[in-house]
Amino acid sequence: MSVLAYGVVAWLFLVGIYGVVTSRNLVHMVVCVSVAESATDVLLLEIGYRTGGHAPVFVSLPAHPGPAVDAVMQALALTDVVVGATVTALLLALAVQVHKRAGTLDPDELRATRE
Amino acid sequence: MSRRARLALFAAAAAALAVTLGVGLAGLPSFGSQLTSYARMLNDLAPRQRHVTDVVSAITFDYRGIDTLFEEFILLAAVAGISVLLRPFSDEARELPEDKAPDRRIPPPSPAVWLLAVVLSSLLVLVGLETVTHGVLTPGGGFQAGVILASALYVVYLGTNYRTVERYQPDALLEASDGVGAFGYVFIGLLGLLAGGVFLSNVVGLGVTGNLIAGGTIPLLNLTVGLEVAGGFAILASEFLDQTAVISTRSRRR
Repeated sequence: MSVLAYGVVAWLFLVGIYGVVTSRNLVHMVVCVSVAESATDVLLLEIGYRTGGHAPVFVSLPAHPGPAVDAVMQALALTDVVVGATVTALLLALAVQVHKRAGTLDPDELRATRE
Repeated sequence: MSRRARLALFAAAAAALAVTLGVGLAGLPSFGSQLTSYARMLNDLAPRQRHVTDVVSAITFDYRGIDTLFEEFILLAAVAGISVLLRPFSDEARELPEDKAPDRRIPPPSPAVWLLAVVLSSLLVLVGLETVTHGVLTPGGGFQAGVILASALYVVYLGTNYRTVERYQPDALLEASDGVGAFGYVFIGLLGLLAGGVFLSNVVGLGVTGNLIAGGTIPLLNLTVGLEVAGGFAILASEFLDQTAVISTRSRRR
């Protein structure tokens, strides 16, 4: 179970980076960055998980017996999501300007226009 | 570097990274087996100490409140940065589509779409307010609610057209809510200092656990964050929409 859970993290991160390396479109590249970044969300939540655990919200406890999962990791994942959203937005704004100035979104062609 | 050389370099680097990641992840406790003592302590302590039922809120806005302060400023800086990046440049002009063809009228949206937008946006406002006020009780809080509230404005855009949104969108108010939200957080933090405690200490009355108003400064901080995120995301979306709808290049440079 551990192998599968943590393997997903490594796979998500590497597949995201692979997308960044092979991308032919800056918008596609930004999406790949978010995929790589979502690996950290998954890792945080997995570290905080406990088998059979319920959400760290302590209302109507009799309906949800058993231990709660780690709330600290969930708070950190929240931070991660917010920072990820701002990074994505900034990169997309840069892509908009690149397209306006260079007329293309292909990173390889960008180099060709400069030389 | 050719694409093939780049792929080869990536393959080598990725293999090394995969091994390192594998070794690092193998050192973690096995999945679902145990919680850290810090997590167990906070889960146990937070409902009693801060009178909230959602421990994630207590951690975000109280135990790790200073983190959230910086997170808020990251958001503020990103919104400011995007406004600067997406401003109209000297070779660009702001013009609405009907400026180019004054004799052609934009057809009004169909009544069904318009009705759906009105119903959906008011529902979104309601859900947003519910999420921000119940942050101490159930999952939710300022960050989530802010995004929901900002999206309400853009359902109006989907149901009408961008000109209507431009006309009724309170730009100054959005910018003010972004700034007031960010500095409201600092202000509430300073209350702790004024009361003789430390920065961001929870000095407001804690209330009764399970009530809507409980947790001292936590619901107040939720509100300020909600204000900031709602303003910030509405500004973000309007900057991007401006790029396609109203900003056009006079002479395209290539």
